[in-house]
Amino acid sequence: MATAVTKPPRAATARERRRTGATPRRLPYLLIAPAGLLMLGFIAYPVLSVFYYSLQHYNPTKPWRNGFAGFDNFTKIFTDDPHFWGTLTFSLKWVVVEVSLQLLLGLALALIVNQTFAGRALGRALVFSPWAVSGVLTSAIWVLLYNSQTGITRYLADLGIGEYGTSLLSDTATVFPAAIVADLWRGVPFFAILILADLQSVPKDLYEAAEVDGAGRLRQFFHITLPHIRDAIVLSTLLRAVWEFNNVDLLYTLTGGGPAGVTTTLPLYVAETSVDAHNFGYASALTTVAFVILLFCSIVYLRLSKFGGDSK
Amino acid sequence: MTAAATPTRTAPVTGTAGTGRPPEGTPPAAARKRHRAWDEVPRWQIYLPLGVYLVFTLVPFYWIFLFAVRPAGSTSLLPWPMTTAHFEKVWTERSFGIFFQNSLLIGVAVLVSTTVVALAGGYALARFDFRIKKGFMLALLCSQFVPGALLLVPLFQIFAELRMINSIGSVILAETVFQLPLSMILISGFIRNVPPSLEEAAWVDGCNRFRAFLIVVLPLLRPGLVAVGSFAFVHAWNHFLFALMFLSSQSKQTIPVGLNTLMGADSVDLGALAAGGVIAAVPVVIVFAFIQKWLVTGFSAGAVKG
Repeated sequence: MATAVTKPPRAATARERRRTGATPRRLPYLLIAPAGLLMLGFIAYPVLSVFYYSLQHYNPTKPWRNGFAGFDNFTKIFTDDPHFWGTLTFSLKWVVVEVSLQLLLGLALALIVNQTFAGRALGRALVFSPWAVSGVLTSAIWVLLYNSQTGITRYLADLGIGEYGTSLLSDTATVFPAAIVADLWRGVPFFAILILADLQSVPKDLYEAAEVDGAGRLRQFFHITLPHIRDAIVLSTLLRAVWEFNNVDLLYTLTGGGPAGVTTTLPLYVAETSVDAHNFGYASALTTVAFVILLFCSIVYLRLSKFGGDSK
Repeated sequence: MTAAATPTRTAPVTGTAGTGRPPEGTPPAAARKRHRAWDEVPRWQIYLPLGVYLVFTLVPFYWIFLFAVRPAGSTSLLPWPMTTAHFEKVWTERSFGIFFQNSLLIGVAVLVSTTVVALAGGYALARFDFRIKKGFMLALLCSQFVPGALLLVPLFQIFAELRMINSIGSVILAETVFQLPLSMILISGFIRNVPPSLEEAAWVDGCNRFRAFLIVVLPLLRPGLVAVGSFAFVHAWNHFLFALMFLSSQSKQTIPVGLNTLMGADSVDLGALAAGGVIAAVPVVIVFAFIQKWLVTGFSAGAVKG
């Protein structure tokens, strides 16, 4: 700033910018280079190698079979795999139930904590806090809560509700809702935070104007709030759905895919196939299929929801 | 003619209320109106659902705290008498002391590297037009579809090539990379919200681009950076698979992996599991308590719209 005297302020337009910006042509490339190279090396290259291996028989423990496989792996997935369709169906069920519940509860929660009320800051901090402890810790907490001997069911049984020794996680009938509730606990705050962030950008005078015009609260919600936050909802739902589909931390540690494989998602199945069974070629083919399904669903979803349309 | 004109003049008023569209140029009288419509919600409609949700949120926290401080064999629902035996046990016998240091190191390193790299990239995306920009943005979005878990094996091979297996560096690198795309999208959104004229004024004053960025733009980005950095820290602290796969010796392991081993087998030692859980929760909950208010403003500053 000390050199300001040497230059007349008016002259500092295009030429000045070129000088101070060093080499404007190259600068943006230099700036994105670190991120770009890291992503090339640790995302793009591994993805390509997964595509490549999906066409190979590749199993480090059975090297004599390794080699080009053509579409063998894919044929096997669709015609001769006892687990693929089951795990895919469970994945879709998991994502649809989990994400829609998270969205509805998250929206409700965001609308509530967007009000002005006494203790709002504390209330927000408390209800959002599970967001910070995602993953394995969520599992650890719910393993304690669901424990058959000392968990919540024991204390409920003391009150005459249910039976002693009920284990919610080892019964095929209860494991799904039990896992859903555990994941809701950490997922609802995510939605609530993102939606709340967008709610705060809705101009207040819209509501005032609507009230002057005699619109009720419900009407205001559907005609002002919802259209305004639609893009945020569309995007956070998509991101969450992809993350829920891909995430293995919770189910891997909470149920291990069990009991009897009923909570094995497709990515969990892939992890088992590659890490435990070392059948990497086949796991790569499964990954490729999962990737294509995910991409297809996302494109359809964005089209149907008219993302970035006329909402604002 | 006048008879027909009267209804058309009143119609837009109800019409705007119906569609919820902002009437062009809201009359100042309405803007100055004392109470806001949205604030008229009866108190019980706030406190009742919030209370119910609060119970759902807090019972699991209370549960893990209870098991962590309750003597083994007790079935009391009150955390009294307290014992620190479980904590001592996991901290020393189960090496949670070492896990804690490792997790902290990884979390802080990921926070710093993600923020710095994403800041550079985000600035380029926000302030320049360059040929590969669209493609790069598309790549950022597409990378969100790539499941880190499914890339474990190729990543393992890469780290083996780099001789980084069983080095904490591999986990820092992998977590940073997977944190980058979203961080960059968020940060470029924040930077776009800072008027370029502020920077240009500093150039006029003789600052070069870097210095102008440092003294003019960076301070304005603070809430956004706090949100992004804490996001990165929390993810790195909580994430489990990379540490599980790339770190083989126990002395390099992280807290989530330690928790998982406590959960394994028949998870007989619930006290130890609970104490480990509390140790895992405390840093992120403290971080969160500090940043949650910035998190919301940070995201609304341009995140989802970025």
